[in-house]
Amino acid sequence: MGAPLFVNMEETVSVILFGVGFTMLMLHRNLIKKIMGMNIMDTAVYLFLAVKGYISGRMVPIVTDGIQDVSAYINPVPSGLVLTGIVVSVSTTALMLALTIRLYERYGSLDLDEILMRAAKEERI
Amino acid sequence: MRAFEVILLFCLVACAVAVGFMKDLLTSIVIFMSYSLIMCVIWVLLQSPDLAITEAAVGAGVTSILFFVTLKKIRAIRKEDRHEQTKG
Amino acid sequence: MSRRRDDYEQSWWKGFKEWVDGAVDPLASGIEIQIPEKEQRDKEMVHPGDFGQTQQSLYDGRGLWYFRRFYQVMSVFLCLSIIFVLLWTVSYLPAFGNAGNPDNNEVSARYIEQGLKETGAVNIVTGMILDYRAFDTFGESCVLFIASCCVLVLLRIDAEDKDAMAKGKSKKRMAEANDRIFEPKNDIILQKCACVLVPLILVFGIYIVLNGHLSPGGGFSGGAVLGSGLILYLNAFGFKKTERFFTEKVYRRVTLSALTFYCLAKSYSFFTGANHLESGIPLGTPGAILSSGLILPLNICVGMVVACTMYAFYTLFRKGGM
Repeated sequence: MGAPLFVNMEETVSVILFGVGFTMLMLHRNLIKKIMGMNIMDTAVYLFLAVKGYISGRMVPIVTDGIQDVSAYINPVPSGLVLTGIVVSVSTTALMLALTIRLYERYGSLDLDEILMRAAKEERI
Repeated sequence: MRAFEVILLFCLVACAVAVGFMKDLLTSIVIFMSYSLIMCVIWVLLQSPDLAITEAAVGAGVTSILFFVTLKKIRAIRKEDRHEQTKG
Repeated sequence: MSRRRDDYEQSWWKGFKEWVDGAVDPLASGIEIQIPEKEQRDKEMVHPGDFGQTQQSLYDGRGLWYFRRFYQVMSVFLCLSIIFVLLWTVSYLPAFGNAGNPDNNEVSARYIEQGLKETGAVNIVTGMILDYRAFDTFGESCVLFIASCCVLVLLRIDAEDKDAMAKGKSKKRMAEANDRIFEPKNDIILQKCACVLVPLILVFGIYIVLNGHLSPGGGFSGGAVLGSGLILYLNAFGFKKTERFFTEKVYRRVTLSALTFYCLAKSYSFFTGANHLESGIPLGTPGAILSSGLILPLNICVGMVVACTMYAFYTLFRKGGM
């Protein structure tokens, strides 16, 4: 199991990053840290996709000197997918941060457990 | 070149772990910004400059700015609450 | 001369027209959530300070502490097992950077070999996302627009808040005052730096947008650069300067016209393409700035939407309005 992991080093790192991000999303009680964990998971997935399209020794997919041969360029499909994904991740981050601000205005805390407790208490009142 | 990539990937994991362990939110946002910048360099190495430009502008720029503004807003709300409590 | 039908009063069209005008509320009869009156709402709204005394007793419980420890241990265990399973999968994946990997199939070969001839774009990635997969990009621009609408709904502060007006201070004014607590106004160093940097950043952003089909970049990255330039300008010179050229009305008009133009242009090109008609849009010589048909205007549209959205996010977070 060890040797392929070192050959596919980028994939290994992206999987580890995914795990780190997931841990932050689960473990941290601070909402802003949770959002950061979500962002780290995002970038891990993007890294994985972009690595899948890389072919060693080949160039950026921009036509130079009129060469239009498959063996000259890397795979352009993952780049296109990731490009759209990055911008969507910003908009989801902005939405989550806006929700965080509203929660803070209402409950005066960033701690998720505390927010839940206060919400439950408020319901009982 | 491979060695450079190994160093960058190691830094990436280190930054991600550091973001989780930092107590101060401001520090962790700055570390997250550097995480995005390292990601940007890795994308140049992976031969996709389109992604590198987008990540540098969006990940390191706009996302961190949004985090900073959120933090500032929250501190302003907290300060206002304290002010009201001491007054009343 | 047009004449009203006799049954106009009962017709669907009248109902629809009234609904558009907002005259009738279709949910009014069957609505489940009753919005409480203002006084009642204020009574129900518990101030954050009131929680201070009860907090201690809630956190005292021994069971809660055990639960938290158990939760932490279990989540670490779960995450480690997920990482282990994923690493196991990675060890069976094909080797990194090999040209024979299954994802390098005929789709990417087709994009590379025929891309320049069919789309006219030198940058194959741009040709792919704005020509072959243009509807995907359109949906994504709409996602940006919808996200900014949601942030507007969540963070908007009305200027005419009656209650706050009675107290002598509108809520908007309070928010703007809050906004200035943590930053010095008219910082001379920041202003001098911004004088030099903002034009450079804006020109660089416009360059990236316009050269999207020739070099790395395109609407998304160029728009984000433009947006960050605008944010820097706003930070240096304050809202008064930016409100001269960027208000909510401008935002609405720019975004809607860009999205509409994108939709119409791409519908036209898909319609002609699907029916084997001549679209009449010249592709031009590859490498020239005015080439590759619709890609340049579409790039400009996407760039405008992204720039406006980034700027709108920032202003909404700062003061709850544009």
